[in-house]
Amino acid sequence: MIRGRALTFTVLAAASLVALAVVGYTPIHSASRDEIFAIPKGTWARRMSGDKVEILPDHIRLTLGIRDILVLRNQDNVPQIFGPTLMMPGQSFRLPFERAAEYTFACTAHASGQMTIVVEPNPTTPWARIRWRLMDLLSTLG
Amino acid sequence: MRHSKARWATALLAVTFAGSVGAANTGIPNNPPLLKAGTFDPPRPAPDFDLPGSNGGELRISSYRGKVVLLAFGYTSCTAVCPTTLNTFAVARSKLAATAADVQVVYITVDPQRDNPARLKKYLGAFDASFVGGTGTEQQLAAVRKTYGVTAEKKVVGDSYAYEHSSFTYLIDRSGRIRALMPYGHSPDDYVHDLTVLLKE
Repeated sequence: MIRGRALTFTVLAAASLVALAVVGYTPIHSASRDEIFAIPKGTWARRMSGDKVEILPDHIRLTLGIRDILVLRNQDNVPQIFGPTLMMPGQSFRLPFERAAEYTFACTAHASGQMTIVVEPNPTTPWARIRWRLMDLLSTLG
Repeated sequence: MRHSKARWATALLAVTFAGSVGAANTGIPNNPPLLKAGTFDPPRPAPDFDLPGSNGGELRISSYRGKVVLLAFGYTSCTAVCPTTLNTFAVARSKLAATAADVQVVYITVDPQRDNPARLKKYLGAFDASFVGGTGTEQQLAAVRKTYGVTAEKKVVGDSYAYEHSSFTYLIDRSGRIRALMPYGHSPDDYVHDLTVLLKE
């Protein structure tokens, strides 16, 4: 019984190490480099009625080569100041980043008056890839 | 104890398996963006204005149809953002050589109290004699800023004052449409890249 458990543990540990190696050594590819935020239709009306509608977080994390294009879409019926820019109804804005750095933009939609975008370097080491995938998994799970 | 180890191993395996699935996601990345600046889709017409210009006449954005316009907002007493941005424009224009004549820099002040047309002309001329500036009343300039989504906030500094203002630059194509917005800090080469793309259209 004990021997059986030890064997199970050994197999699981070995499988974990193999999976960890796959996660660490497989380059990260993304189907899309876009990080999309949209103002849905009716947002202005909701704000006018007193709802506090937060769409754009005041901190956004991007990663070079994987998810390094910020896409803002105004799907509402009125112009909106969204992030760094004024956007007309139905308009989208696509902002690429090519350098890892912290960017701050004036943004009247936030109480702090600014929005920060942290662009991280492309994870090239196994541990960096593991960390990136883990963070991505956690953010997907919410 | 052994149960505990097995549970840990199972949890680790689950996480790494999920990661492996992610690692196996090898979709085709999007095409690289055409411009270094952020692009608008669809582009909208650049709102026109009519302001006293540093060129001695009226400054209208519509006067520059047929050219690619770099439109920026700032003030001549700015010590950080504006000199850097204007110098970047000047270097980019010099790198464009022959096609530079088709690029127009338009600089609208947020500080009408100090920036009259003569002062704008002298200030901008220090960077590039072709640059033109616009000024006006507080109300005129506020109206222009509103149509472009530009912010400017006056801050008292000792006996004087300064402005916190939007630091980006609009790229307006030959047809007079706002095609892109370049955040502050991009290099002259990035501008050369985008201007070259827009000039070829």
